[in-house]
Amino acid sequence: MILGLNRRDTRFLIIVILLTLFTPFLMQPFSEGSALAQFNGGYPDLMAKVAIFGIFAMGFNILFGLTGYLSFGHAAFLGVGSYSAVWMFKLLTLNVFPALIFAVIISGLFALIIGYISLQRSGIYFSILTLAMAEMSYRLAYSVLTPITNGETGLQIRATDPRIFDSATSSGSPNLFGLELSSSFKWEVLNHVFTFNVGFYFCAFVAIIMFYLTLRIFRSPFGLILRAVKSNQTRLNYTGHNTRPYTLAAFVISGLYAGLAGGLLALMDPLAGAERMVWTASGEVVIMTILGGAGTLLGPVLGAGAIKYLEIIFAKINENVLHGWFGFLPDGLEDFIVFILSRFTGEGWHLTLGLMFMGIIIFLPGGLVQGGQRIAAKFRRKAPNDDDDSEHHPKSTSHVAE
Amino acid sequence: MDAIFLQILNGLDKGSAYALIALGLTLIFGTLGVVNFAHGALFMIGAFCAVTLQKLFGLSYQVIDETQTDFLGKPLKVDVPYLESWLGPEFSAALMDWSVPLAILFSIPIMVVVGFVMERGLIKHFYNRPHADQILVTFGLAIVLQEIVKYFYGANPIQTGAPEMFKGALDFGVLIGFEPNKVIYPVWRLVYFLFSAVVIGGVFAFLRFTTFGMVVRAGMADRETVGLLGINIDKRFTIMFGLAAAVTGMAGVMYTPILAPNYHMGMDFLVLSFVVVVVGGMGSLPGAVLAGFLLGILQSFASMNEVKAILPGIDQIVIYLVAIIILLTRPRGLMGKRGVMEE
Amino acid sequence: MSNFKLTRRGMMQTGGAAGLVLATPTLLTAGSHSGYTNAPTGSTVKIGFNVPQTGPYSEEGLDELRAQELAVEHLNGIGDGGMLNTFSSKALDGTGILGKKVEFVTGDTQTKSDAARASAKSMIEKDQVVMINGGSSSGVAIAVQGLCQEAGIIFMAGLTHSNDTTGKDRKANGFRHFFNGYMSGAALAPILGANLGTDRRAYHLTSDYTWGWTQSESMIASTEAMGWTTAENVLTPVGAGDFSSYIAQVLGSGADTLILNHYGGDMINSLTQSVQFGLRDKVVNGKNFEIVVPLYSELMAAGAGENIKGVYGSMNWNWQLQDAGTAAFVKSFGEKYGRPPSNSAHTCYVQTLLYADAVTRGGSFNPCAVGEALEDFEFDGMGNGPTLYRGADHQCFKDVLVMKGAENPTNAYDTLEIVEVTPRAQVEYPSNHPMFGGDEASVGSCNPGA
Repeated sequence: MILGLNRRDTRFLIIVILLTLFTPFLMQPFSEGSALAQFNGGYPDLMAKVAIFGIFAMGFNILFGLTGYLSFGHAAFLGVGSYSAVWMFKLLTLNVFPALIFAVIISGLFALIIGYISLQRSGIYFSILTLAMAEMSYRLAYSVLTPITNGETGLQIRATDPRIFDSATSSGSPNLFGLELSSSFKWEVLNHVFTFNVGFYFCAFVAIIMFYLTLRIFRSPFGLILRAVKSNQTRLNYTGHNTRPYTLAAFVISGLYAGLAGGLLALMDPLAGAERMVWTASGEVVIMTILGGAGTLLGPVLGAGAIKYLEIIFAKINENVLHGWFGFLPDGLEDFIVFILSRFTGEGWHLTLGLMFMGIIIFLPGGLVQGGQRIAAKFRRKAPNDDDDSEHHPKSTSHVAE
Repeated sequence: MDAIFLQILNGLDKGSAYALIALGLTLIFGTLGVVNFAHGALFMIGAFCAVTLQKLFGLSYQVIDETQTDFLGKPLKVDVPYLESWLGPEFSAALMDWSVPLAILFSIPIMVVVGFVMERGLIKHFYNRPHADQILVTFGLAIVLQEIVKYFYGANPIQTGAPEMFKGALDFGVLIGFEPNKVIYPVWRLVYFLFSAVVIGGVFAFLRFTTFGMVVRAGMADRETVGLLGINIDKRFTIMFGLAAAVTGMAGVMYTPILAPNYHMGMDFLVLSFVVVVVGGMGSLPGAVLAGFLLGILQSFASMNEVKAILPGIDQIVIYLVAIIILLTRPRGLMGKRGVMEE
Repeated sequence: MSNFKLTRRGMMQTGGAAGLVLATPTLLTAGSHSGYTNAPTGSTVKIGFNVPQTGPYSEEGLDELRAQELAVEHLNGIGDGGMLNTFSSKALDGTGILGKKVEFVTGDTQTKSDAARASAKSMIEKDQVVMINGGSSSGVAIAVQGLCQEAGIIFMAGLTHSNDTTGKDRKANGFRHFFNGYMSGAALAPILGANLGTDRRAYHLTSDYTWGWTQSESMIASTEAMGWTTAENVLTPVGAGDFSSYIAQVLGSGADTLILNHYGGDMINSLTQSVQFGLRDKVVNGKNFEIVVPLYSELMAAGAGENIKGVYGSMNWNWQLQDAGTAAFVKSFGEKYGRPPSNSAHTCYVQTLLYADAVTRGGSFNPCAVGEALEDFEFDGMGNGPTLYRGADHQCFKDVLVMKGAENPTNAYDTLEIVEVTPRAQVEYPSNHPMFGGDEASVGSCNPGA
C-alpha cells in the first residue's frame, strides 16, 4: 500500500505518471520534415491543453460518471476559474499560485451555489437547470458584465495593471517564482525536435495530482455512495442515506476541478474569454467524457486528448498539404484523392469529428477505453473484462417510455 | 398601450415559432425519451428544403452573351432557367415567388423519409442505451448533416423570400381601433402564426382522435403491455419519428423568410427547443406549446426599452431565468408527467 | 461527506513530491539563439493564415484563404504577379522573401478567441511561423494580436473593424490595414447628410459586444456632429436571430432612420426583418424612412438579397474600383477562382504583400526590423490610393468607400455600388483620440521574442 493505493492502482498510477512525463516524446513520433510530421502534436500548447482538459473531464466524470447527474453547464466553472486567475494576475502578481488558489476557491463557491439550486431536481430537469445557469453566465459575461470580463475581447493582462506584489522589473508573463511558464528547452536528436516546456510540466504535475485524487475518490466509500446514487437513488434513500449532501459534494468537487482547469488555461495563456462558458463548451466536456468512457478513470483524459488533437491537427491539413502527400500519384487520381480527403480535413474537420462521435459510440459503447481494452485483450488473449477498471463501465439502463 | 399590445402580438408570434419547433422535439424527446441533439439539424434540413426547391426552380443553363462582359472583361455567361424556357417567364416567376409555400409540400415526404431513416438506421439501436450515448450519437449526426449541407450550400445565409403578396407589413392596429402606424406587423409573421396554430392543432387532433394516436399514447404509457397485446408498437414509434421530423421540417420551411437559412441555424435553436420542452414538462405536448408561448411573450416584454432601462441585459437571459424559476417552483415543469426522464 | 477520506500521510507525501518538482525546472533554458522567435533557418520561410473555416463566418474565411494563397504564389513568382506590378515599393521580385521560398500553414479560428489562440499557438510553436495573418472578427484579432506580441512574431490583422484593435488594444507587433468604426462614421456622415438631409432622427440597434459599441459610438458622434439626433441606442443580443421585438419598437419612437450596427448573420436578419416590418415604405416626420448599415461586406450583401437595395454602408475596398492595383488583383484572383475577391480577401492579400515588402526593405525577419519598416510607411498601388501605415497606432490611413445597395444588380457580385470614395483626409484622426484609448494608449515596444 503506497499512498493509500493497492498494488494494482499503484501500478496504474505509475503508468499514468510515466505516460505524462514522456508526453513530449509520445506526441512527437514523426521526424521533422517527413510527410507525417503534420501529425506531430508534441508542442507545448497542445500538450498542456490535453492535460488541462484532462483535468476538466476527470472532474466532470466524478459527477457524471459516478452519480449519473448530467450537468450541461460545467463550462461556467471553467470560465469563472479563468477570470479569477487573470484577475489575480492583474491585481496581485504574475506568480501562478495566488491565481490558481483564487480560481479554485471562486469556482468552488460558484459551483456550491449552482449545485445547490440545480440539485433540487434530478434527471433532465437538473440538466436544464445547469444549462440555463451556465448560459446566463455566458450571456452576461459577454455583454453586461464587460467591466469585469472585458466582454468579447476577453480579459487580458496589461502593462498598466497594478500587480501590487510584483516588482516593476518582473517579467510580463505568468511564472513560478520567477521561472516563466513559457520557457522551453528544445532537444534535437535523430531529426526529431522534442520540446520540454515549463508550463506543460507544471500542468502535467497538477494533472497527476488530480488523477491521484480522482483515483482515491473512486476507491473511497464516498465514491461507492456516489455509484449507488447512479444505480438506484430511491433505494439509497430508503436505506437511510440522504443523498443530497453526497451529490452536492460531487458537484462542488467537479466544479473545483473545472475551476482549476480554467485557472491553468489562464496560466498557459493569460486571456479569459466568455466563449469558454457557452453551452457548446459545456457540451464539449460531456462529449470528451463519453467519448473516452464515462465512469472510467483514464477515459475522460483520453477523450479530452482526442478532441483537442483533432481540433488543431486536422484543421491544419489543407489541400496544399494533401497535394504534398499524394504528389507521387498520377494527376487525375491525385486530384480525386485530395478532393475526397479534403472533405474531412481543413475546413471539413467537423465532419471527421461528427463521424468519430458516431463511430465510437456505435461500435464502442464504452468509449475509447473499451477500444483499448479490446486491443489489449486481443494481444493477451484474455477476456476484456479482466482489465483495470472494467467494473465502472456505464451500465445501460432502459428508459424508453418508463 | 399600443406598445404593449405590439409586444403581446410579437410574443405570440415568437411563441408560435418556439412552440412549433418544440413540438417535434417533444414527440421524440418528451415521449419516446430519446435525447435527440439532431433535432436542430432536422429544423435546418427543413429550411434547406425551401432553399433546394428555390434552387431547383432556378436551375439554369448558360448562354454566352457577346454584347455584355463579366468582371474580367470576358463575354458574359447569362443564366437562363430551364423552367423559364419550358414554361414561359410568367409562370416560372410565379413558381419562384411561391417557392416557400410550395416547399412545404416538397418537404413533407423528404422529412418523413429522413425521420424514418434516422429512426430505423440509428436511433432504434439507442432506445436502451444511456441518455449520454444518445446525446453523443445524435450530436455527431447533427454535425455530419450540417457539414453535408455546408458542402452543397456554403456557410453564408441564403435569402428565401416569402411570396410577394405576403411581403411587407399590415397595419394591424387599425383593424382593432388603434391609430394608424402604431401597431404594424409583417404579414408573413401573421401567416406563420396561423400556420403553427393549424399544425399544432392537427398534431393534437391526430394523437387524440385517431386509433393510431391512441395506440401511440398507450405505447408511451406502457410500451411492454401494448407490445404484449400484439400491436407492433415499434412500427408506430417509427411513424411518430417521421411525423416529428415532418413537423420540425415544416417549421423550418416556414421560418426561412424570417431568418435567412444557413447550415448552422439548427444549433442556434437546439438549446432553446430543449429549454421549451423541459419547461413545458417532459411527456406533455400541451406543456411544450404553453411553454413556447409563455417564453415568447416574456422575451418580447424583456426586449422593451423601458424594461431594459431598469434591468440592462434582461433580454439576454430572460428565457433561462424564467426556466430556472419555473423548474424550481414546479418540479416537473408546467405540465410534466411523473417519472419521465427523472432518473 | 463523513466517509470521504484522504489520509493525512498521503497528502504530506504528495506535498513533498510537489516541492521536488518545483525545485528542478531551473535546469530548463530557452533554446533559441537567433535573437528573435522562429528565425527561419533553411531555404524557406513559413507564415500562418489563421481564418475562420468553420462556423458562420467560414465563407469569409475561405475567401481570405484564397487571397492568401494567391499572395504566396505571387511572392514566389508564380502567376501574373497581381498587385506586385502596381505596388509603389519595388523591393519584392517574385523570388520569395529575402531569397527564401514562402510556405504557409493554415488554421481554423472558429471565430472564437480561445480556438484562434490555440490555432495560432500551434503555428508558432509547431510550425515556427514568423507572421500570422487573417481573422474575421475583432475579438479574435485582438486576442491573436496579444498572443503574437507575447510570442514575438508579427500579426497582420485581417478583417477587424473595432476601434479597439488599433485603439486601446494596439500592440507593437500588430498591424491593421482594414479600416475601423470611426472611419465608417466619418465617411458615411457627409454622404448621409447630403442624400438624406441633416435633420434626421436616428434609432440605433447595436450588437451587444465591443465591436457593436465602438461602431455605434462612432456613428452617433459623426451623425450628431452634422445635426442628426439620436432617438435611442438599443443593445441587442449577439446571434439573436429574430430581432422582431426590437424592430417593432422603432416606429413608435418617432425615428425616421434606423442604423443597424450589426455584422454578418445578425445584419442579414435584422435588415431583412426591418424590411418585412415595412419600415422602408413609411414616411415619418415628412421624410422617407431609411436604413443604414455602417459596415458592409459582399457576403452580407449576398445574404441579404434584395433587401439591401438603396441601403447605405461603408467598405474598406471593392472590386469595382477602377485603379490599376484593383484591376491587377481582380484579374489574377478572378482567373484563378472564377469570382471577384471580397474586401476581406483584399485586406489579407495586401497585408501579406506588405509584410513581405517590409521584411525585404528591413532586411530581416526580426519583428522589430519589420515593424520599423512598416511604421510610417507610405505606399500606393494597392487599390486604396496613397496609404499611410501610421507608426503611432499601426493603423492604415487610406480612402474609405461609401456603398449603396444596387437598384438593378446584373449578377451575384455587383449587389453593391460605390457611391463615393471618401478621401483619406476626411477619415483621419489623431492617434490619441478618446475613442482610441486617449493619451494612455501606446503600442509599447516591439517584442522579438526569444
